[in-house]
Amino acid sequence: MTNSKNEMISAGDGSPKMTTRNVNVFYGDKQAINDVSIDVNMDNVTAFIGPSGCGKSTFLRCLNRMNDTIPIAKVTGEITLEGEDIYSPTMDVVQLRARVGMVFQKPNPFPKSIYDNVAYGPRIHGLAAGKDELDNIVETSLQRAGLWGEVKDRLLDSGTALSGGQQQRLCIARAIAVDPEVILMDEPCSALDPIATAKIEELIHEIRGRYAIVIVTHNMQQAARVSQRTAFFHLGTLVEYGETSEIFTNPTETQTRDYITGRYG
Amino acid sequence: MTSTTLLLLVFGMGAIAWFFGRLKAAGLRSAASSPKRALHSLPNYHGWYVALWAIIPALLFVTVWNIVSPSLITEAALTSPAAQQLPQEGFARGTILSEARSIAYGNQSNAFNPLSRTMVGPYEEAISYYQTIGALAALLLVFACGAFAWLRIKPDLRARTKIERVTMMALLIASLIAIVTTVGIFLSLVFETARFFSMVSPIDFLFGTEWNPKAVAGPRGETGFGAIPLFWGTVFIGAIIAMIVAIPLGLMSAVYLTQYAPPRFRAWMKPILEVLAGVPTVVYGYFAALTVAPALRDFAVSIGIAGASSESALAAGLVMGIMIIPFVSSMADDSIAAVPSAMRDGSLAMGATKSETIKKVLIPAALPGVVGGVLLAVSRAIGETMIVVMAAGLAANMTANPFSSVTTVTTQIVKLLTGDQEFDSPKTLAAFALGLVLFIVTLLLNLIALRVVKKYREAYE
Repeated sequence: MTNSKNEMISAGDGSPKMTTRNVNVFYGDKQAINDVSIDVNMDNVTAFIGPSGCGKSTFLRCLNRMNDTIPIAKVTGEITLEGEDIYSPTMDVVQLRARVGMVFQKPNPFPKSIYDNVAYGPRIHGLAAGKDELDNIVETSLQRAGLWGEVKDRLLDSGTALSGGQQQRLCIARAIAVDPEVILMDEPCSALDPIATAKIEELIHEIRGRYAIVIVTHNMQQAARVSQRTAFFHLGTLVEYGETSEIFTNPTETQTRDYITGRYG
Repeated sequence: MTSTTLLLLVFGMGAIAWFFGRLKAAGLRSAASSPKRALHSLPNYHGWYVALWAIIPALLFVTVWNIVSPSLITEAALTSPAAQQLPQEGFARGTILSEARSIAYGNQSNAFNPLSRTMVGPYEEAISYYQTIGALAALLLVFACGAFAWLRIKPDLRARTKIERVTMMALLIASLIAIVTTVGIFLSLVFETARFFSMVSPIDFLFGTEWNPKAVAGPRGETGFGAIPLFWGTVFIGAIIAMIVAIPLGLMSAVYLTQYAPPRFRAWMKPILEVLAGVPTVVYGYFAALTVAPALRDFAVSIGIAGASSESALAAGLVMGIMIIPFVSSMADDSIAAVPSAMRDGSLAMGATKSETIKKVLIPAALPGVVGGVLLAVSRAIGETMIVVMAAGLAANMTANPFSSVTTVTTQIVKLLTGDQEFDSPKTLAAFALGLVLFIVTLLLNLIALRVVKKYREAYE
């Protein structure tokens, strides 16, 4: 590691949407994340890559405080969303998660209708004034997630009856429906076949710029295809963070080179 | 020799057979050059092989002999000269013979009928004769079969395979016993019910509204076997009042225990709640009859409700609801815990609060399991007897007033079958018809509940 741990790693142009400074995560006595500082930019898709157990998912879950649901997890350091510390006592976790949405590894639609799945967030946050407005949000979200054409005639069917790829796009639509600023994706394609994966990647391209996107992936080709910036994690530390093209063609660290050339991982 | 001694002897010889079987096999094993190839099975299996050969045929023989020998004994006793003086016609003759038999077996010391006395001697002779034959034959069988098996021990004898087959048969029989017994009970209910329906019309029974069973039909042919008030009482207490108590409390306790309780509290609370399911229902019955019912009556009287009785549907239903809480909460707990955590995380990540997540995602997803649990609880509640016998009363009222006394199917079965009964009177047979209805209803409820639960489990696994 050549970068000083405390040195801020610039995130390209524009002011960063989210910043993290010296973040450590502990599960009980075990340290899972060691002093990570990263900026996430609005215009970019940021990819986290690294071998299994390197902490990339753990770190992702810090960004919307999903680690709060694990009683033994403890997060130190500073994480801000538009300059506001998300771990400060004044930050309401419900509002934070409405602003920082998340898509999980395994598609997890609720056992409700397609419509109710997408309308779930707007309903709990009171985003729609009436039925028409809600219909509107559902349609827009499904359109953005590229699912509208496939489901518009069966919005009342159960979300769990869709195929895996459709379910995952439904989950993305569900996240989009609350109009978040950041969308976190935790290996969103690992349970999907190549065609469904291609559709999700295409979708990420289309919604990029409207939302800051952070994606954790096992698949290095995927990181190369969808992201503009890539962070490489190893054993809970951030080894390298930079332009995706740089990381994949000319990494500064030997560890990174070994990983992306398939030496280990 | 008594049967107990005989059985002990058979088992003792079986143990010896085990020892010799194992000894021979161990000898074969140590004689061979490589112990692994010497024998197909380990010596212990050969021991069991010989022991089972020694014991099982002998046990079967003893069982058959115990069934066959009494009639042989009676026949032998009847050939004695004393038997010539017995009365010829059936009933008196039968009493004397059975009395003599009891004395001969030592179950009775004095004879009421002097003729029985004379038969005791011949009986005793016949008994000792046939018991000796039986014992000798059994022991001979043990020896013969054991020796046969012992001789068959060779290196390639597949003793393990055979023992495993016997074990499997034993397991099969064990699993069939419960089923066969249930089928037997069901059939006996069906036959007695058929006799009942030959005396009382099924329509009158199932749809009649007057329950006042009499042994003999009244002047207009009315029999008072209309069971609707009982069905209503059962539903009112078990499915309505008890569930109004048990469903919300059980569900809320399950939600608290799965979602809010600190792990240490849950580790204590859940077993305690499950232990409550094991409290004998008669204890709940006391509580209902002696504490809850009088308090409810006083309360009803104080607010001026007419028809308040010291035995009330409400008292029985409330206490039954408390009794049922562990069932509902345990099933609900399991099904809420079985909802994948991805579902919960998905909702929390949308910015839903914990209570929104529980209300809108977890409970709807767990609903089939909860419904299954509730159906099982209902079937338990309508079959429950002790609480309603003690607290609900016997008056077959068709009323929706929870403070008045109502009666249930189970209570009436108890009432119909306690005391001296004639088993050809419709009054007694009605108990079987009620039992059959209850049996079918609870069976159906259980079937539906298990179906629902199973279907739900499939969805997530």
